[in-house]
Amino acid sequence: MKKLLSGNEAIAYGAYQAGCHFGCGYPGTPSTEILQSFIKYPGVYGEWQPNEKVALDVAMGISFVFQRSFATMKLVGLNVASDSLFSAVHMGTRGGLLVVVADDPGHHSSQNEQDNRQFGRFAKLPVVEPSDSAEAAAFVKEAFELSETWHTPVIYRTTTRLSHSRSVVDYADTLDVIGEPRETVKYVRDPREQIPLPVNARRMHREIEQKLADLSEWAETCALNRLEPGSSKLGVVTSGVPYQYAREVFPDATFLKLGLAYPLPRRLFATLASMVDRIVVIEELDPFYEEHIRLMGIPVVGKDVFPLCGEFSIEVVRQAAIAGGLLEARSPGSVKTRPAAKIRAAEGSGVTTVLDAPVVEIELPMLDLPPRPPMLCPGCSHRGVFYVLQRLRATVFGDIGCYTLGAMPPLDATHVCGPMGASIGYVHGVDLVGVKERTVAVIGDSTFFHSGMPPALNVTANKGTSTTIVVDNGITAMTGHQTDPGTGRTMMGEEVPPVYIENIVRALGYEKVDVIDPYDLKNTRKVLTDHLDSDTPSVVVVRAPCVLATRERHPAPVVDPEVCDMCGMCLNIGCAPIMNRGEHTEIDPILCIGCDYCVEVCPKGAIVSRRSDDGSSKEGGA
Amino acid sequence: MSLEKRDFLLAGVGGQGTILASDILVEVGLSSGYDVKKSEVHGMAQRGGSVESQVRWGEKVYSPTIERGEADFLLGFEMLEVARWAGFLKPGGEVIANRYRIAPPSVNTGQATYPEESQITDLLKSRAGKITWIDATSEASALGNSALAGVILLGCLAAELPMDAGVWIEVIERLVPPRFVDLNRQAFTVGLELVR
Repeated sequence: MKKLLSGNEAIAYGAYQAGCHFGCGYPGTPSTEILQSFIKYPGVYGEWQPNEKVALDVAMGISFVFQRSFATMKLVGLNVASDSLFSAVHMGTRGGLLVVVADDPGHHSSQNEQDNRQFGRFAKLPVVEPSDSAEAAAFVKEAFELSETWHTPVIYRTTTRLSHSRSVVDYADTLDVIGEPRETVKYVRDPREQIPLPVNARRMHREIEQKLADLSEWAETCALNRLEPGSSKLGVVTSGVPYQYAREVFPDATFLKLGLAYPLPRRLFATLASMVDRIVVIEELDPFYEEHIRLMGIPVVGKDVFPLCGEFSIEVVRQAAIAGGLLEARSPGSVKTRPAAKIRAAEGSGVTTVLDAPVVEIELPMLDLPPRPPMLCPGCSHRGVFYVLQRLRATVFGDIGCYTLGAMPPLDATHVCGPMGASIGYVHGVDLVGVKERTVAVIGDSTFFHSGMPPALNVTANKGTSTTIVVDNGITAMTGHQTDPGTGRTMMGEEVPPVYIENIVRALGYEKVDVIDPYDLKNTRKVLTDHLDSDTPSVVVVRAPCVLATRERHPAPVVDPEVCDMCGMCLNIGCAPIMNRGEHTEIDPILCIGCDYCVEVCPKGAIVSRRSDDGSSKEGGA
Repeated sequence: MSLEKRDFLLAGVGGQGTILASDILVEVGLSSGYDVKKSEVHGMAQRGGSVESQVRWGEKVYSPTIERGEADFLLGFEMLEVARWAGFLKPGGEVIANRYRIAPPSVNTGQATYPEESQITDLLKSRAGKITWIDATSEASALGNSALAGVILLGCLAAELPMDAGVWIEVIERLVPPRFVDLNRQAFTVGLELVR
C-alpha cells in the first residue's frame, strides 16, 4: 500500500525490511525518530546509549558477530563518535554497519552546519544519501549489502528536510516478525583484522586506499547513482533533497543524481561533461562534488552561484540561478531582489563564493510583527534555577538541552553555551585563572551521562574548586522524552534500577553534594548561594521531573487585581501564561499548569495559589 | 478531476493542532489521486514557538517545501502567525484564518504591541484574492473543545476545493481516535456551513 512516511520513519522501515535486528543511538534532532520508529517493528531491539561513541561501539560489537546493526545520531554526534568511526573503518565490518547521521543545513536545531559528507573522505568510507522517503527506505538495504560486500561501515546521511518531511513509500500490507539471526552467533578470532597495532594498521591503511579506489569504480555503475537524460544545454550534478529543488527549477536539464555521495564516479562526470554544454553542481553546504569535478579539469558552476551557507529551497536555487545568469527571471522587471552576501575574494584570485542566495522582496505593507521565540514550558522546573542564578548574578556556563533556553530573555541567565558536556571543563578553566564571579556549570542529566562525567572527575582530580549544578528531570527532554540511565526504564520499556547522579559524583570524589527540589525557591536560593560562595568542589543535583513528561497539572493560581501593583516581578520569570493586562497581570488557566513559581516570586502576595496540597504555605518573595 | 497543483501553508503556535490538520489534508490529497509531500518543523520551535506545516498536492511533487510567494492557500490558526506567513501566498491566493490571538512574550511584558485585526487584514489584502476570518476557536469551544478549531478551518477550506465532503469525512474517521470522531465530524460540518 501507499503510505506517507517521514524520512526518519522510512529509514527505520528500510532497516526492518533489510532484516536488521539491532538499532543503537543517542537522541538528537533531527535524527531521534529513526530509532523510535524502528523499535515498533516486530522482532527488533533498540537501545539508547549514553552517547554516540558508545552507540557506534555497540553497533560495531554486533557487527563483529556477523549481524546487521546501525547507530543513529545528529550531525555533531558524529564528532563524538569519530574516534570509533576511524577504528571501525580500519578493522572492517562483518555484519553490515550503518552510521546513520542527520545533518542540519539551516541550523534548525543545531549549533553548526557541518557537512558530514566530508567524513567520507576524512575517515575513508562510503556515504549513501537518499533524497526522499522512498529512497530513504530502499537505500538502507543497498547500504547494508555495500557494507557487507566491502567489509566497511557506511555513513547513511539524511538532513533535517528529508528527516522531517513526508513523501510516499510502498509499504508492506503485513509486517512479519524478523526471522532468526542470519548466521551462527559466534565470535571468530581474527587479530590481523581486529587489532590495529602498527604492524596491522600499516597494512590496513593500504587496503583501505585500494578499497576506496575499487569503490569509486563500483560507483560508475551502481544503482544508487542515476543519469537522467535531458537537454544538452545544461547538466546538473546533485544529491539529497537539493535534487528535488533542482528538478523544479531546471525541469528540462540532464541530471546526474548521486545516491552514493562518496567515493565519486569519475567516468560518469566525464560522460556528463561530454553530453552537455555546461555543468552546474547544486549541493547544500560544502563544495564537495564541485571540488572533485574541478580537480578532473572539468569546468563547473558551483559555489560561485549556489550558496555555501544555509538550507536550500526552490526559491534559493531559482534566485541563485537567475543571479548567476543560468535562468531568465520569470517576470523580468517586476521582481526586486536583495543581493546576496559574498566572500570578498583575494585580489586577482578570480574566485568568488556566494554565502547566501538573493532574496525576492515581496512587497507587503510595513507591519511590526513581534517574534515568538521558543521558551521554557509553563511549569518547567529549570525556570526556578535560572531565576535564582540571575538574582545571584552568577556567571553561568550552560550546556545542551532545554535549559539552553535559560539564555533567553527575560531570564537572560546563561553566559556561555558550548557543545555537549563542555560546561564543567569551561568553568574549571575559568576558575584556574582566578575568576571569582560566582562561576557555575549548569548541565542536564542526559548531558551529564553523555559527556559530563570525565570533566567532573577532572575537577576533583586536579584540586579544582568549581560548582556544577545538574538539572535532573530524569529524561532526555529536549528531543522528546527519551530514556536515559536515570530514568529507571530502558528504551524497550523494561524496568531497570535508576542511576543517581549524587552517587556518581560522590564516587568521583565530591564531598559537598546536595540534592534539592527547585520548586522550593527559598531553599534553592540558600543552597545555591552556599555552593557558589564555597571554595570546595561541589555539586548540586536539582531534581524535579519534566512536567511535559509527567503531564502533572494543578489549578492555576489567580491574580488579585486589587493587590497587584504591576511591579513586573512575575513577568520577569518568562512564563507564557502570565499576561500583562495593563493595570495588573493575569494568568491564562488553559496554558498554566499550576507550578506556583509566580506565587513565590510575587513580593505583594497578589498571586493566590489554588493548589490543595501545600499551596497556602508558599507566599512572599524568594 | 484534474490534478492541478495545490500548495497549502498552515501556520499557528505549538500545541494548536496544525499537525493533525495537515495530516488530514495529506490523506485527502492521496485519496483523491494526487502525489503529496509534506514538510514541518520540529525541535526548538515547538516549545511555544511559531509552527508551520506545508502540504503540496500535484500530479508529481518534487520539493517537500513550497516556493515563497507561490502558496495557493494560507490556513492561519492564530492571527499574528497568519500575518507572519503572508509573503508565502501567491498573488490572488486565499486566506482562511482563525480570529484568535495568543500574545507572544514580548507583548506580555509590554515591549511590543500585538497588531490590530484591521492592520493584519490590510497586510493579507496586499497578497490575497480572498480572505475569510472565522471565529474557529470560539465555535470549537461551543462544541466543547477548543482543539477542534483546526478541523473547523478544514471545513472552510473544503468548501473551496473540488472533492466531496465525503472524502474529508472518511479521512477524519480514519485519523481521529474513535471516541472523538463524532465531535470532529461535527466540527468539519460547522466549518463547511460557516462559509456556505
